Amino acid sequence: MSETVNEKYALQLRKVTKAFGSKVIANKDVDLDVRYGEVLAILGENGSGKTTLMNMIAGIYHPDSGEIYVNGEKASINSPKDAFRYRIGMVHQHFKLVDLFTATENIILGINDGTKYNLAKAEEEVKKISEKYGFILNPQKKIYEMSVSEKQTVEIIKVLYRGADILILDEPTAVLTPQETEKLFDVIRNMRNDGKSILIITHKLHEVLAISDRVTVLRKGEHIATVNTAQTSENELTEMMVGKRVSLNIGRSDPKDAQDRLVVSGINLTSPDGVKVLKDISFTAKSGEILGIAGIAGSGQRELLEAIAGLRTLDSGNILYIKPSDSEKVELRSKTPLQIRELGVRLSFVPEDRLGMGLVGNMDIIDNMMLRSYKKGKSVFVDRQPPKQLAEEIINSLEVVTPSAQTPVRRLSGGNVQKVLVGREIASAPSVLMVAYPVRGLDINSSYTIYNLLNKQKENGVAVIYVGEDLDVLLELCDRILVLCSGTVSGVLDGRTAKKEEIGLLMTKVNGVSENE
Amino acid sequence: MAIIEQIVELIVRAIMQGTPLLFGSTGEILTEKSGNLNLGIPGIMYIGAISGVIGGFFYQNSGAKIITVLAIIIPLLSSLLGSLIASLIYGFLTITLRANQNVTGLALTTFGVGIGNFFGGSLIKITNSDTPYLALSKISAAYRTTLPFANKLGLFGQLFFSYGFMVYLAVIIALIVSFVLKRTRVGLQLRSVGESPATADAAGVNVNRYKYFATCIGGMIAGLGGLYYILDYSKGIWANDAFGDRGWLAIAIVIFAIWRPNVSILGSYLFGGLYILFNYVSVSMNLLPLMQMLPYVVTIIVLVIVSMRKKRENQPPASLGTNYFREER
Repeated sequence: MSETVNEKYALQLRKVTKAFGSKVIANKDVDLDVRYGEVLAILGENGSGKTTLMNMIAGIYHPDSGEIYVNGEKASINSPKDAFRYRIGMVHQHFKLVDLFTATENIILGINDGTKYNLAKAEEEVKKISEKYGFILNPQKKIYEMSVSEKQTVEIIKVLYRGADILILDEPTAVLTPQETEKLFDVIRNMRNDGKSILIITHKLHEVLAISDRVTVLRKGEHIATVNTAQTSENELTEMMVGKRVSLNIGRSDPKDAQDRLVVSGINLTSPDGVKVLKDISFTAKSGEILGIAGIAGSGQRELLEAIAGLRTLDSGNILYIKPSDSEKVELRSKTPLQIRELGVRLSFVPEDRLGMGLVGNMDIIDNMMLRSYKKGKSVFVDRQPPKQLAEEIINSLEVVTPSAQTPVRRLSGGNVQKVLVGREIASAPSVLMVAYPVRGLDINSSYTIYNLLNKQKENGVAVIYVGEDLDVLLELCDRILVLCSGTVSGVLDGRTAKKEEIGLLMTKVNGVSENE
Repeated sequence: MAIIEQIVELIVRAIMQGTPLLFGSTGEILTEKSGNLNLGIPGIMYIGAISGVIGGFFYQNSGAKIITVLAIIIPLLSSLLGSLIASLIYGFLTITLRANQNVTGLALTTFGVGIGNFFGGSLIKITNSDTPYLALSKISAAYRTTLPFANKLGLFGQLFFSYGFMVYLAVIIALIVSFVLKRTRVGLQLRSVGESPATADAAGVNVNRYKYFATCIGGMIAGLGGLYYILDYSKGIWANDAFGDRGWLAIAIVIFAIWRPNVSILGSYLFGGLYILFNYVSVSMNLLPLMQMLPYVVTIIVLVIVSMRKKRENQPPASLGTNYFREER
């Protein structure tokens, strides 16, 4: 299936293998051919070794065995610097930028071409590249003042500035709105037409179909197939990716007996840096319903959930919790998480920062279960039996892959960490369940496990608040979708009738006025 | 007139007192800009001092005729060598072995003070002296040579020209470090290593090399502070523990100067002044410790102001205190 090594290809990999430690094999005998002037999508689930493979091309990791050929000649790439010499550049999923530097300072970082250090000249050059490919960027802006899409622009220009002909983009659309994604795709097409080869890692199938010329599918570190995009379909790709037929539908039942459970009215919040992060937000979460929250990253989603969970002090506004038993109203404002729990409010929170806020990485699953229940009982000593049972229950029912319940949580993969956390929160039988980006970094199978869990909670009459970034999922999962933009509610849509473009527009609109240009 | 003379004298004394602090803080700033929080600086300054003293001692006692140039160069080189070795210990432990920076630094300080006192004590023994100190008066004379016209310019001369060459050296080094950090490619890359080593690494900057260079050069600059203290300020007299807590003061100045060597020039002289202010204000003996506390109080005030202003540029390097390992997953 793979071609012979020759100069007709911009980049070729032959039998590339990389293992971490003795057990985890990230890539095994991978072959890859990249032509000049094409967009090649690298598709695979999390843990399929996409990023590791790309990191080896970019010189971050070194392959244990196998060869890399650039323009038909064997290349030895031992560091990112070597990669630049072969005109290979990578834009990482987690941006590698120095926050304190300007766009240009970041772009020229690491270049030692022997010429005099001249920032002004570099800024000119950056402007030229921006104009050539259609980017919009102020070269003197500091990174910490930039939006996510601006930061990404800096990353891409950084690679182009070094004269890269082979660009690797690691999940570039994960953080963008549909509109920004469209703009990025235009730029990618411009680059392709300029003769550059672009490798794009993604697991969003419709984007693969929209932008790529060919698709390479990886599964469990191995190369499964490379197909022409024009001759394939979402279903075929999924099957190759997962190895079995997967139904891509999230079941959504109609809400039954919906009652108001959480009434948020007019809340305002100022962050410790003095920025107003929540402005006059009001909404109601109902029992037996999934309320989705959409918005560009950093629009106040995190702060909103943390405010409800009692982790932030509001400037003004009310958060009313209505008890399911006797419809008694409880004010949650200015209460700590412990006070909230003592009031008999059954509120669960799955934060986006799993190992930072949700679980203690160095403790095992049992101890992490105890974080929720350590206050129970009157004895000075803790009873480890109930949490142990709970831990084993979760491991069995959610198919958590772990050597034992005594394994430190940080050693588990992202999907399994998330199952432990969600499992624990659900086990406390909440009546309000808040989840933030619960499937971030999870493969398709684990993602669907989580969606099903949420749906089951909804059917049990729990008010679920779901903060997500994938609009397709939000539209399939949620009954209502609340759209946040810069800390304000820019709209509430019905999950069954709303259009993706509609949400995208609301995400960048404050009070009906577009922020883009 | 007397009051002006007194003020000039205070300033002169403050500058002399501040110079070891300036060497120390400049060295520490350079080190910290690479993300290495070297709390071993007080120890390195001790080692820099004793290494210079050892070099000077053997030259002075070798029986050879003392030539001014050699009297300067021999202690200078041996001081640099001593601080280099101490910095390499810190670098090897934290950069190559990735040991905890705080623990390594504190251990190095304890070690450095011990080394200084041990060799200092040994040298005193060699001289068979009855007094608990060692005098390198001939070497010191070379270090304290001032410009010939300094005495003829009255107060002006006293204020600007009455110092040994190391006072000017400290200022020049601080300005050079400031310039390098702000205006050169090397500075840009060094700052990137301290802010975000993963970013620097991905951009093709050799993170470990920058960390080693910054740590070693920073340590050598700081070590000069110890050398200046003994050979110029103390007129060549070594006594165990005489250097005191000046190393910690230098680290406090790093925070005071918000990681800017040019600000650190003023900061060091200010702290130097505060350090000796009690000589000029009449306070009762039991209030003395309170007076000596002043520099630290000022540091705390600066910390409070800086954190209230919330300016990103005034924060410590983002990766300060953490070690970098590329393949960490």
